[in-house]
Amino acid sequence: MVKITYIEYGGTAHVVDVPAGRTVMEGARDNGLPGIEADCGGACACSTCHVYVHPDWVEKLPPIEDMEEDMLDFAHEPDPTRSRLTCQVKVSDELGGLIVEMPEKQI
Amino acid sequence: MSGIVIIGAGQAGASLAAKLRALGYQEPITMIGEEPVPPYQRPPLSKGYLLGEMALERLYLRPPSFYEGQKIALRLGWPVTAIDRTSKTVKVGGESIPYNQLALTTGSCPRNLPAAIGGSLNGVYTVRALADVDAMAAEFQKGRRLLIVGGGYIGLEAAAVGAKLGLQVTLIEMAPRILQRVAAPETSDFFRELHADHGVEILENTGLDRLIGDGDVRAAVLSDGREVAVDFVIAGVGITPQTLLAEEADLEIDNGIRTDEFGRTSDHSIWAAGDCASFPHQDSRIRLESVGNAIDQAEVVAENMLGAGKVYSAKPWFWSDQHDVKLQIAGLNTGYDRIVARRSEGRAASFWYYRGDRLLALDAMNDPRAYMIGKRLIEAGTSPDPARISDTTTDLRMLLKS
Repeated sequence: MVKITYIEYGGTAHVVDVPAGRTVMEGARDNGLPGIEADCGGACACSTCHVYVHPDWVEKLPPIEDMEEDMLDFAHEPDPTRSRLTCQVKVSDELGGLIVEMPEKQI
Repeated sequence: MSGIVIIGAGQAGASLAAKLRALGYQEPITMIGEEPVPPYQRPPLSKGYLLGEMALERLYLRPPSFYEGQKIALRLGWPVTAIDRTSKTVKVGGESIPYNQLALTTGSCPRNLPAAIGGSLNGVYTVRALADVDAMAAEFQKGRRLLIVGGGYIGLEAAAVGAKLGLQVTLIEMAPRILQRVAAPETSDFFRELHADHGVEILENTGLDRLIGDGDVRAAVLSDGREVAVDFVIAGVGITPQTLLAEEADLEIDNGIRTDEFGRTSDHSIWAAGDCASFPHQDSRIRLESVGNAIDQAEVVAENMLGAGKVYSAKPWFWSDQHDVKLQIAGLNTGYDRIVARRSEGRAASFWYYRGDRLLALDAMNDPRAYMIGKRLIEAGTSPDPARISDTTTDLRMLLKS
């Protein structure tokens, strides 16, 4: 299990355990956390699982692929350095302590 | 004490139940599903799950504990056998469950090949439920011969999975081209070529005369008289809305369960959402078979069940994964008279559907940027000059600013 902190827009933090091999999106979904919708279920087909990664973690995440990058351009208020789609970020032991922040809304 | 009953525990039902709770509804919610599993995502059934790349629990829309925590009672593994509108009850396994309001999220069911042409032989499958895919999984062994009947998205996705797993895949389509019902010739051409490059044999203008076998299917006779040996068959010949309960309860049916712009059926206490429901859209009535619609419509219906009076305005979007291509679709292309093509380098392209000067829809292949921009434009009712679309030196983002 890998500890991940999800911070809702507005500041409420949730620290949950996510199994390695799952995605950061699935960690939110499976713990019933609000703020990540993931309408397409993780197919990188929508952009409703967008988060801002805590600056300390940006470099430690698996690299962003073109498909995700292009989708992110059209998420709600993307941040060119910190935005990710959580369905594309696989959880591994190295990500223990990861902190992500939710945007104001998902579109 | 009777609360809200939801018939159908798929995407629409799950979204509706969750939304009711999110809106603060505190009365009982009972969701009844005939499959013995909690609500799950269907799209991966013909993609990652069929490939064996996705474990069962990853398909669940929510973990089972979610429903308990939200006090949403799940009744799984039992079909509803009747709706009694007079007593406001539904019958499940001999029991009557009362409702104040009822939501029908019954989904759709696949068309089967007729038994008269061998449709009930062993080894003939459809792709709709988890059980369907679990039943066919063992058939997907390298070198086996798979015949797919129907060149729509389900058939093409199954063909891609078969090819990836090393099967010999033949797909037949009765119409002159694959995807004829849903897409432009340009999109059909794109996917025909893609599948050919991955070793899938596609035969258009070719129907199925009959399947042959003694218990197990072993061959297919095609409409041109040719007989081909097969190990198993997948039929992807469309789905029909699941309206039986509604029909028996004398609700109005009109290409699905007829609802008004709020999602209400012809009975004031009964609502419908998702694949099973038809609803007013612009100047006509449509029914959408998609996850996006199931979620959005169910959430609006949840609001309206609590009195919001909100009109459902569909923003259609779809996706499909085949081989290394992600297809994303925005809008509805019905009535298009012109295709504007934008071809980028590699296997990326987008086809934009216009009627006159009006942009209706687009198909974007490995081009998420075109998809996202096209979706925004369509939702805003903006129609860019087609010449700017086809000119690949145009930065599509500029279209959102003009």
